[in-house]
Amino acid sequence: MDIVIAAKNLTLAYGDKNIVKNVSLAVGPRTVTALIGPSGCGKSTLLRTFNRMNDFVPSFRLVSGEINYRDLNVYSEKVDPVYIRRRVGMVFQKPNPFPSSIAKNITWGPSINGFTGDYDQLVESSLRRAALWDEVKDKLNSSGLALSGGQQQRLCIARAIAMDPDVILMDEPCSALDPASTARIEDLMTDLRDRYTILIVTHNMQQAARVSENTAFMFQGEMVEYSNTKQIFNAPKQRLTEDYIMGRFG
Amino acid sequence: MSTTPENISGTTIHEAELETSFKDNLARRRVEAAIFKAVILLATFFAMAILATLVWRISAQGWAWLNWNFMTSFPSRVAARAGILSALVGSATIILLTVVFAVMLGVGAAIYLEELSPKNKLSQFIELNISNLSGVPSLVYGMLGLAVFVRLLGFGRSIMAAACTLAMMILPIIIISSREALRTVPPSIRLAALALGATKWQTTWHHVIPAASPGILTGIILAVSRAMGEAAPLIMVGGVTYIAFLPNSLFDSFTTLPIQIFNWAGRPQEEFQAIAAAAIIVLVALVLVTNGVAILIRARLENRNRW
Amino acid sequence: MSTTTAIANSDMSAITRTGDARLKIRWHELAVVRWLQICAWISVATTIAIVAILVLESSAFFAVVPVWNFLTGTNWSPLIDPRSFGVLPLITGTLVVSLGASLIAVPIGLGSAIYLAEYASPTTRRFIKPTIELLAGIPSVVFGYFAVTTVTPFLQAIFPSTEVFNAASAAIVLGFMVLPMITSLCDDAIRAAPRTLREGGFALAATKAEVSIGILIPASMSAIMASFILGFSRAIGETMAVALAAGSTPNMSLNPLISMQTMTGYIVQVAMGDVPHGTIEYQSIFAVAAALFVMTLILNLLSQFIVRRFARQWE
Repeated sequence: MDIVIAAKNLTLAYGDKNIVKNVSLAVGPRTVTALIGPSGCGKSTLLRTFNRMNDFVPSFRLVSGEINYRDLNVYSEKVDPVYIRRRVGMVFQKPNPFPSSIAKNITWGPSINGFTGDYDQLVESSLRRAALWDEVKDKLNSSGLALSGGQQQRLCIARAIAMDPDVILMDEPCSALDPASTARIEDLMTDLRDRYTILIVTHNMQQAARVSENTAFMFQGEMVEYSNTKQIFNAPKQRLTEDYIMGRFG
Repeated sequence: MSTTPENISGTTIHEAELETSFKDNLARRRVEAAIFKAVILLATFFAMAILATLVWRISAQGWAWLNWNFMTSFPSRVAARAGILSALVGSATIILLTVVFAVMLGVGAAIYLEELSPKNKLSQFIELNISNLSGVPSLVYGMLGLAVFVRLLGFGRSIMAAACTLAMMILPIIIISSREALRTVPPSIRLAALALGATKWQTTWHHVIPAASPGILTGIILAVSRAMGEAAPLIMVGGVTYIAFLPNSLFDSFTTLPIQIFNWAGRPQEEFQAIAAAAIIVLVALVLVTNGVAILIRARLENRNRW
Repeated sequence: MSTTTAIANSDMSAITRTGDARLKIRWHELAVVRWLQICAWISVATTIAIVAILVLESSAFFAVVPVWNFLTGTNWSPLIDPRSFGVLPLITGTLVVSLGASLIAVPIGLGSAIYLAEYASPTTRRFIKPTIELLAGIPSVVFGYFAVTTVTPFLQAIFPSTEVFNAASAAIVLGFMVLPMITSLCDDAIRAAPRTLREGGFALAATKAEVSIGILIPASMSAIMASFILGFSRAIGETMAVALAAGSTPNMSLNPLISMQTMTGYIVQVAMGDVPHGTIEYQSIFAVAAALFVMTLILNLLSQFIVRRFARQWE
C-alpha cells in the first residue's frame, strides 16, 4: 500500500524541552490510525504537526526530522501551511463551532478556499456524511452553538468534511462528550474511513481498539510500538505497551 | 523505534491524483493577507504618529517661551510678560483637595460595595448607577457643581466649589477601579483571616485593603491625571482666566492650567497661541508624569507574586 | 463569588446583632461600616442631584419655551434678538462632529485592535499599549489647541474654503481622542474570543487575515458595537476641543468645513460670558444639558445592554 502522511525521525520541542523524540510513523490511505499513550506523551503534539497547527505555539520548534504529506515536505520553507490545512483537516478536543448558523459553519471554509460547486448541496452532503443531517435539516439557519455537545462535534466533523480533505486529524474528539454521543462519533469514523485517511489521538484504549486499523503507542515522547491494532491489543511486542494496555500505568 | 504495520509499504502518492471542486486561490489570498496586515499595522502606527506630531508641534510652538519667568509670573495682557503662576497654584490646590474628597468617598464606597454590602438588588442598583455616572459628560458635572456647590451650598465661584465638582466627576472612576483592585484579592485570603476569628471589617482592614492598595493607588493616580487636564466643569463653576494674586482661602476665586490654556488658545494673536503652547508643555508634562507613575506602579504590581 | 457573598451576608448580620461581651469592640466597626455605606449612597445622591437640577432649571426654561418648539426648532439664536430656541442646529452640529470623529476612530481603532490582539508579539504589545494609553491621557484642551494650530491650517491647505473654525477640524481631533478607548475595548473583545475558535478557523485552511475578518470580528461583534457606541457617546459629551475648534456659530448644515456650534460648545460659551442667574439664557444651558444627558445616557445604557448580552457568549 501507499503512504499518505509520514513522520521521519521527528524530534519536536517546546522551548528547550523535547516533547517528541525521534519518532517515525507512516500512514496509508483510507485507514484509521490511533495514537495512544499516557498524558504528556507527545501524541497531540505529533498530531498537530501534520497540519502545522503548532505554528501558533510560540515556543514550538521542529528540532530534527521531517513530516511528509504525500510528496510535500510539510515543514519546508516553500510550503504554505494554508495549503497543507486545505488537504489535512482537523477536529478538536472541545467542539468549537463558529458562533454563526449551522449552514455558515459548513460553507465558510470552502468559500474562502475557492469552492466552485453548489453550496446547498455541499451543506447537505457534508451533514449527511457526518450523520447530522436528519437532526438539523430544519434549522440550518439557527446557531451552531445552540446544538448539544455531541451534535456540535459532528458539526465540526461535517465542517472538516466539507473541505473535501484527504486526511482528517482528530484530537481526542470524544473526550468532552457523553457515552451516547461518543458511540455515534465512533460509528461515524468507521463510515468515513472508506473515503478519508483518519488519525485519531485518544486516551480511551477501547476506542482505539474499536475504530482503528493501526495503533501507535507513544510513551514519554518516544514511539514504543506501531502496528496493527489487533496485534497491539492482543499480542504487543513491547513489555511497556502491554503494561499500558493492561492498565498497569497511565 | 517502531515497526511499521505490514499493510503499509513505502510509496508516497502524488497529490495530483486527487481531484476536487476547489479552484486554487492561494496566491491571491496571500496577497490579500499581506495587504490586510499592512493596513492594520498602519492603523496601529497612526495612533503613535498622532502622539508624535502633537508633541512635536507643541514643542516647536511653545519651547522658546518656556522659562522661569513664565512659571513665576501672573497672567498679563502682554503675552511676553504673562505667566502661569496663579494657574499652577490653582491647579495644585484644587487637585490636592479633589484627591482628598474623592479618595475618602470613592475608596470607601468601593470597600463597602465589594467587601461589606450584601449582594442584592439594591447593591446591583448602586452598581448600575455608578457605571452610568462614569459615562456622564464632564460638562454635566460642571452644571451639578454650579447648582449645588456654587449656589445651593454657597461656596461661590471658589476653589472649594471647583474641588468638590472635580471630586464628584472622578468619584465613579475611583470606585470602579478600586473595586477591580479589591476583586483581584483572592477569597482564600479572606477565608484565612475569617478562620482565625477576625471580623469581616478586621479582615478587610488588615488583609484585603493592604493587598489591594497598589491597584487602588494606580486607579487613583489615573483619575487624578484625568482631573488635572479637565477644564469644562471648572469653567461651569466659574473658573476665571485673569487672576493676578495667589489664593488666601479656599473660598477665593480660581484659575487652573487648562482654563488658562483654553483662554490663550482661543485668542487670535500669535504670541498668545505660543504661550498657550508653553503652558501645554507644562500641563502635558505633569499629566504624563502622573500617568507614567501609574503605569510604573502597575508594572511593579504585575511583577509581584500573582495570586 | 458565592462564597464571598455568603460571608458578606453572615458577617453583616453578625455586626448588627452582636450583643453584650463583644459590644465595645464592635461599636467603631459599626460606625465605619455605616460611613462606608454612606459613601456608596453618595453616588446615588449624585445621580439624583444631576437629574433634579437638570429637570428643575430646564422646567423654568420650558415654561417660557414650549418643549416642542425647543426640540423641533431649526433656529438657535438665544443671545441676540429676535430670540429663538430651536435646538436642532446644536444637535446637528453635535452629530456632525461626533459622526466625523467616529469615521476616524472606528476603522483605525478596530484595525489597531486586531493588530494588537492577533498579530503583535508580546514585546511589541508591551510597547504599543502604553503609548496608546498616553494618547488617551492628553487633556481635551490640548487637542483643541492642536486642532486650531495644526489641523485647521492643514485642512485649509487642502480645501481653501475651510473656515477658521470648522466642524471637520473638531471631528478629527475628537476622533484622535476617542481612538484609544475604541482600540482598547476592541482589543479586549477580540482577545476574549477563545483560542479554540481561532484553531477552528486555521484548521479550515484560513489565513490569519481570514480568521480575523471572517471569524473573530463577527464573533466579537456585539462587544465591538458596544465600544463604537460608547465612543460615540464620549464624542457627544466632549467639550473643550470642540469649543476651541468648531466655533460658536449655530449652523444647521452638513458641510463640515464651516463653523458649527455643538451642544457642549454652547454651554461653555454661555458659561464664559456674564449671563445672570435666572435669565432665560442661563436656563437654556440646563435645557441643552438635559438633552445632552439624555442622549449620552441612552447610548451608555445601550452599550451596557449589548455588553451584558455578550458576556454570556463564551460560557
